[in-house]
Amino acid sequence: MRNVLRRREAGIALALLVVIGVTTAVQPGFLLSAGGWRDLLLTPAILVVLAVGQAVVVITRNVDLSVGSVLGLTAYLTGRLFLAAPDLPILVVALVAVAAGALLGLINGAIVAFARVPALVITLGTLYVYRGVTLTWAGSDRIDAGDMPRTFLGLGTRQVLGVPVLTIVGAVVLLAVAYYLHTSRGGRQLYATGSDPDAAALQGLPVRRRLLGAFALGGALAGLAGVMFAARYGTVSSGAGLGMELQVVGAVVVGGVAIFGGSGTVAGAALGAMLLLTINRALPVVGIPDFWQRAVVGVLIIGAIALDRVLANRRSRRLAAARDTDPPATTPPGDAPPGTGPDDREEATA
Amino acid sequence: MRFTSVLAAGTAAVLALGLTACGSGDGGGDGGGGTDDVTITMLPKNLGNPYFEASTAGAQEAADELGATVEEVGPDAASPDAQVPFINTAAQQGVGALVVSANDPTAIGDALEEARSAGTKVVTFDSDTEPQFRDLFVNQASPEGIADKQLELVADQIGGEGEIAILSASANATNQNAWIALMEEKLASDYPDIELVEIVYGDDDDQTSFDKTAALLQSHPDLKGIVSPTTVGIAAAARYVSTSDAKGRVAVTGLGTPNQMREYVEDGTVEAFALWNPTDLGYLATQAAAALASGDIAGEEGDTFDAGRLGEFTVGADGEVLLGDPYVYDETNIGDFDF
Repeated sequence: MRNVLRRREAGIALALLVVIGVTTAVQPGFLLSAGGWRDLLLTPAILVVLAVGQAVVVITRNVDLSVGSVLGLTAYLTGRLFLAAPDLPILVVALVAVAAGALLGLINGAIVAFARVPALVITLGTLYVYRGVTLTWAGSDRIDAGDMPRTFLGLGTRQVLGVPVLTIVGAVVLLAVAYYLHTSRGGRQLYATGSDPDAAALQGLPVRRRLLGAFALGGALAGLAGVMFAARYGTVSSGAGLGMELQVVGAVVVGGVAIFGGSGTVAGAALGAMLLLTINRALPVVGIPDFWQRAVVGVLIIGAIALDRVLANRRSRRLAAARDTDPPATTPPGDAPPGTGPDDREEATA
Repeated sequence: MRFTSVLAAGTAAVLALGLTACGSGDGGGDGGGGTDDVTITMLPKNLGNPYFEASTAGAQEAADELGATVEEVGPDAASPDAQVPFINTAAQQGVGALVVSANDPTAIGDALEEARSAGTKVVTFDSDTEPQFRDLFVNQASPEGIADKQLELVADQIGGEGEIAILSASANATNQNAWIALMEEKLASDYPDIELVEIVYGDDDDQTSFDKTAALLQSHPDLKGIVSPTTVGIAAAARYVSTSDAKGRVAVTGLGTPNQMREYVEDGTVEAFALWNPTDLGYLATQAAAALASGDIAGEEGDTFDAGRLGEFTVGADGEVLLGDPYVYDETNIGDFDF
């Protein structure tokens, strides 16, 4: 029990509850009305999906800044598919968009893994490239609500047993990815890769493959978020998702995923996304003027990073102390196949 | 001009107005004195833009009535100097008049001056140049007209009393701020029972506007109306309200385009919204150009000319002709428009 309470996620969940509690005290409708309850669950759904994908990438000590552009491109693709073939099943459209997102993510991953350029730079580049493709494709054109089937738009707000469909999608994504990261070999290797790329390579872990997988997963989830965006907002212009990458990275960092990789959970990232957006919605309700709201969000992000730093320092001091008192047996530097070792190591330092 | 660039983001489709069909019926004979041989070149900001396709349809309608000929030319992209070669060509062809929506207030000035010295009359519409470069500017709406019409709509829809909020574009959008200032003045003087409780900024971004609408409804449970003087904002607000329990309780109005708003007018979320009518705008600009080219008017302040189905217009200060109050789109007429 104590262990659970000391976890980083518990702190974020607590902050989330405080925000909801205070705002509800000021304006009961925030939680206790049908619309309030729905918005509380529905608004963060898209960012949760993006944040889960981003968390996986950040855990490998990379970052994907292009997710906003991928979301925009796949949201527009979704609209165009419905325009071209109005009778296409929603599931098919969603799968095409997810596949397109995965492909875009894979491009990012391939450049990062093979060209060995920092992900920050690569994905900053593809952020503009993908947005440029959307701009060229869409021009001044726009997908309107009338262009998409009503049943699809209905998914944007429909609820099952009081829980919005998009929230259920977000929760399923979260559970699936969390299970994979926590239990599977591949998931653990992602952490290993992020916490020390050199060591991971020396251990013979398939670092390059894991990177490709992480970026493809992040892209696929951004594609899914694009479909959700189209359903939720009903209007897709070439500017859809503009600037969202910063919100996503903010959510991930606030959620306790260390920006230097190797630690954090997707549950934390999802909670971070919920906290950021709930605060966004709560500030106007409690009467904080429009212009201050962004500043408050910024302070929150800085606070989260500072907290991260303090915790990391404390942990490394504690580990150092533990090492000095009780030195563990030294293990030989891995059983990497001779051929792949050096290659993978260089890439991992990129 | 920020607002037209938003407008330009219309969906693709060619205009098929009932009006065009009516107009050609009574054309022919009554074109009046010397307009028969007038050639007019229509130069929109860019081609393939539904908004300008609508205005060109209006120009064609006016030309058919007058017995003039209209040719539409234009660049693919609305960059500042892309219109220059088209202006030069029109001047060399010796067209009677050039009707242009300027991509830049000064960049095309030299080319226009050259065309005018060759005898071509220049009429700007939708987006003006500096006044010295053209004969007339056909203005789609005055700030006062836009502010008044939106208040009229919202007051009508909420029954003349209650709380309203404004969902604007970005906090530093010049046009929107000017309209909001005028609305605030007018509210204080003419609508004592309507209270403006908050102005929020959706940054002309769908998602931000959508979320701001949600926040408005949360923080003001007694809100009766939302006015959004930006096409992005009104569509986002309507979309949020259409799927919330505020539908039917909170009125949404402002400035929007028919294609964006069709869904919400049809499902009853939005009763009516306003915008000028680009077809009328192209029609009036062409009528004005023909009147100039045939020598009926010189473009001086106080000149009057007959603009067919729109009636008589007077040239105002700085060579401006005002189209009139914004056009109101509602359930009865939205089907006639496609931009």
